[in-house]
This record gives sequence, structure tokens and C-alpha cells, in this order.
Amino acid sequence: MAASVGFEAETEFCIAVNSDNDLVAARRKGRVLAEQIGFSGSEATLVATAISELARNIVSYAGRGEILLSTVGNGSSIGITVIARDQGPGIADTRRVLEHGYSTSGGLGLGLPGVRRIMDEFDIISAPGLGTTITVTKWKRR
Amino acid sequence: MAVPILKQSHYLIATIQSALTDADLVQLRDALADKVGKFRSRGVIVDVTALDVLDSFASRTLRDISYMIKLRGAETVIVGIQPEVAFAMVQLGIAFEDVATALDLEEGLLYLDKKQKLGQHGSQRGF
Amino acid sequence: MTKEEIFAEATSVYDNYVEALETGTFEALQSYSRNLSERIIPRGVQTDEVVGIVLLLRDVLARSLFAKYQTDFRLLNRILDAYEPAANRIANTVAVGFVQERERIIREQQEAIRELSTPVLQVRERLLILPIIGVMDPQRARQLTEQLLRGIRANRARVVVIDITGVAAINSNVANHLVQTVEASRLLGATVIVTGLSPEIAQTLVNIGVDLGKMNTVGDLQGGIEEAERLLGYKVVPLTETTQQV
Ligand SMILES: Nc1ncnc2c1ncn2[C@@H]1O[C@H](COP(=O)(O)OP(=O)(O)OP(=O)(O)O)[C@@H](O)[C@H]1O
Ligand SMILES: [Mg+2]
Repeated sequence: MAASVGFEAETEFCIAVNSDNDLVAARRKGRVLAEQIGFSGSEATLVATAISELARNIVSYAGRGEILLSTVGNGSSIGITVIARDQGPGIADTRRVLEHGYSTSGGLGLGLPGVRRIMDEFDIISAPGLGTTITVTKWKRR
Repeated sequence: MAVPILKQSHYLIATIQSALTDADLVQLRDALADKVGKFRSRGVIVDVTALDVLDSFASRTLRDISYMIKLRGAETVIVGIQPEVAFAMVQLGIAFEDVATALDLEEGLLYLDKKQKLGQHGSQRGF
Repeated sequence: MTKEEIFAEATSVYDNYVEALETGTFEALQSYSRNLSERIIPRGVQTDEVVGIVLLLRDVLARSLFAKYQTDFRLLNRILDAYEPAANRIANTVAVGFVQERERIIREQQEAIRELSTPVLQVRERLLILPIIGVMDPQRARQLTEQLLRGIRANRARVVVIDITGVAAINSNVANHLVQTVEASRLLGATVIVTGLSPEIAQTLVNIGVDLGKMNTVGDLQGGIEEAERLLGYKVVPLTETTQQV
């Protein structure tokens, strides 16, 4: 698969996601990293919540995958990028899954639309059989 | 890690101590449903003060707990949601509309007592 | 500044200047100018004064070079070729450091003003009032929500009255924030009463799909406080009655 990150980023954590047990660690690492770069408590909570949703989707739909956490800077601001990637079944209609309430599992279908709302940048690359990579970034508020 | 459930007169109090896995939450749900029947409890308090994230799954499970307890004729109140967590929940789009919430254990108990007094007629929400 | 201070400052500017020229690196100079700015800005030193000193130093040094090498034009030229860009960069570094520090201070002050402009007031045990005045932008709205939620927890509030009489209009973004604030407050166990909803804002809320019937709204602040007191179980009695009871 082609690299999906269009900017320089240093991966700080790579967390294997194989079961719901791994969600706790992924959330915690996200919070720690967010606080390290000066995110407020509520911003860090937003990042941890987004990680939780993405990691849970990996467990539910792909079985296994990984979460990569890194800090990013673009000169004037600093932020956190979360990459959730798996080699699972992939998503045929990536626009549809962003609709509030769309779920193939009887869930609330608010995971992905919610993540898009709480993060500043959202990018999804997926195709049936090719797995899914979702990249989200949250910038620190000044 | 299992969540301890305390019986206090006709109420059950479940105090979550640390971050929970999905399995722990589901276990809590089933344990509460079971115990409410066994003890004929009239109210359940779930204290989530220790949770630093309430995502869609956790919220849905808490809502399920509330529904299941209601089917067994008792009330549930979720207490201790942290300010940041509440903020993230609404940003995520979680509607917790038909779940009762209170600030902390003390307020939760007051809420349940009030509900008891109002009996079947009261449908008032809040405290 | 006193004479001694000016002398000490000019000396260290000079030392840093010479170091930058000799080593060709600007780190020391950068941190020096940041440090200098931190010290002198609170004392009201203006940008032109700082830049003035640096430029003066640049010219003085240039003159001394002229004086020293005026007999050898070729050498003088080569030295000036090296000196001028370096000297300009030094002036630039100091000025930028100074301006950045000022901007940082301005941001901090804006932050403080914003905090002040959304006070969370406790008027009674368990009752908070949040009067919102002025222009609401998304950032302020977010800040307000966070402040209110912390306030609810700290004061163990059961009822919150958000008064928006002082807000003329809001866009749908901010309207969404308002709704989220109400929801989040409820998650903490507090009931929110919104007062002073102008017809325009009410329309905006309806437009984004808010069911106003589900939102606790009361016409004005006074009415909102009375409703809050009723919810809290306070009995509001006319003054005469109270005095009779005493
Ligand atoms: N990593 C993934 N691989 C394959 N399909 C996915 C993946 N992530 C999400 N999906 C698909 O996108 C849909 C929407 O996901 P979303 O997280 O928004 O809702 P949900 O998981 O169904 O419910 P909720 O998150 O509210 O519990 C899912 O039902 C699923 O079909
Ligand atoms: Mg999901």
C-alpha cells in the first residue's frame, strides 16, 4: 500500500491492536503523548476518545491491526496524528460510513462521524480486500 | 478487572475503579441485571468517576444497563462523569437522553430516594 | 533603565553580536534576545528602542571597520561583504525575538480577557449563572463550555442558568456548541435553563434541528432564576410574608 502520510512525522508509539484489551493501552498512550505536547485535559480526552473509536473498529471489523501515534508540527503549531490501520475486509463506500447512524454491526454508527468531528483532520483510505487506513490529526489550540 | 458491586439497603452501588475493557463492562452489565433480580433492588448507581474516556461502546453499555434494570422494575443513575469526559461525549454525538445522571454518589442516592418517594407517578428527571 | 543597566545591556548585546559574527551561529543570540525581551517588555520598552540599539551597534561596528581598513580597499570590500549580511541577520534576529515575545504576551492577555468575559457566578448554593455578553465565536463558546463544566463540578451545582440576553446573534456552529453545553451539563447531573433567547437565536437553533420544547427556556434572567429556585426546592415568598415570619 502506498504511504498515506503526506508530511514528516515521527512515529512515537506503535500499538498492536489484537483485542479489546489493547484499547486501554492505546488510549492511555494517546493521552500521555497529548499531555506531553501541552494539550489541555479536555483536548487530551478528545484524542483518547478518538483512538478508542478507531481501535475498536479495528477489533470489531478487521480483527487485528495497529495504531500509530506521532506528534506533528507545521512550523507554527503542534499536533497529534493517529493512524489506525488494518488489513481487514476494507470498506466499499467510504463516504457512507461517515454518515451519522450508518452501521453494519447494529452499532450506533457514530464512531467515525464522531471521530471526524472531534479531530481537525480526517482521512480514510480503504478498498474491499485491501484493508483500511484512517489518519486523523488534532492540532493544539493556541 | 471485575467491578465490585455493593448492596446498600435496597440499592446496588457499582464503583468502577479503573479503566475497563469492553469485556469488563459487559460483565458489569450482566452482573447488575442478575443482582437486581436476586436482591429485589429498587435502584442502581454506577459510579464512573474513575473513567477518563466514555466512548460509543461504553456509553451504549451504560445505556443498556439502564434499560435492563428498568425492565426489572428498578432505576439506574450514572454518577461521576468527569467534565472533560462529558465534553468529549457530546462532541462525539452520544445522546444519553434517557439515562439519568447525577454529580456524584451522594447526589445519586438523593436522586434514587426522590424517585422512590415519587413512586410510579414521577417521571421527573434530574435530581 | 539606569545608566548602568543600559551599559550592561549594551555590553552583552555587543558580546553576543561579536559571537554571532565570529561563529556564524545565532542560537546564543536568539536565546539572548528572547531573554532580553522578557525582561524589558514589562518595563514598557518599545520596539523602536530595541531595534535602534541594534542598528546603532551595527553602524558603529561598520565604521570601525571602515576606519581600520580604509587603506586597503579590496580587503575592506571583502570584509563588508561578509559583515553586512551577518549584521542584518543579527538585527533581524533581535527584532523578531522581541516582536514574538510581545505577541505571546498579547495572546496571554486575550486569554485572560476571555476568561473574564465569561464569568461563572454562584448566586446560591447549587445554582450557577452564566451571563454571556458580546460576540460568540467558536473558540469562546468552547472555552465557556469547559469553564462551566468545571464550575458545575467545583460548586456541585444542580441548576445552571445561561443568560444570553447580551448575545445578538450566533451562527450555527456556536448554536451547536450551546446545545452541546446543555447536554454536557446534564451528563454532570445539572439542569440547564436558557434565558434571554432572542427570536433570531431561537430561529438559528430551530434551523440546526434543535427541539426547543426539549430545551429548558425561560424568557428573562429573573424568571430563569425563579424557575431554578423552584427546581432547587426553594420557596419564593413575598418580602412582607418573610418579615411576618421573623
Ligand atoms: N477498520 C474497519 N474495517 C472495515 N470496516 C469498518 C472499519 N471501521 C469501520 N468500518 C465500517 O464502518 C461502519 C461505521 O463505523 P462506525 O465506527 O462509524 O460505527 P459502528 O462501529 O458501526 O458503531 P459505533 O462506533 O457507534 O459503535 C461500521 O459499521 C463498519 O461497517
Ligand atoms: Mg465504531
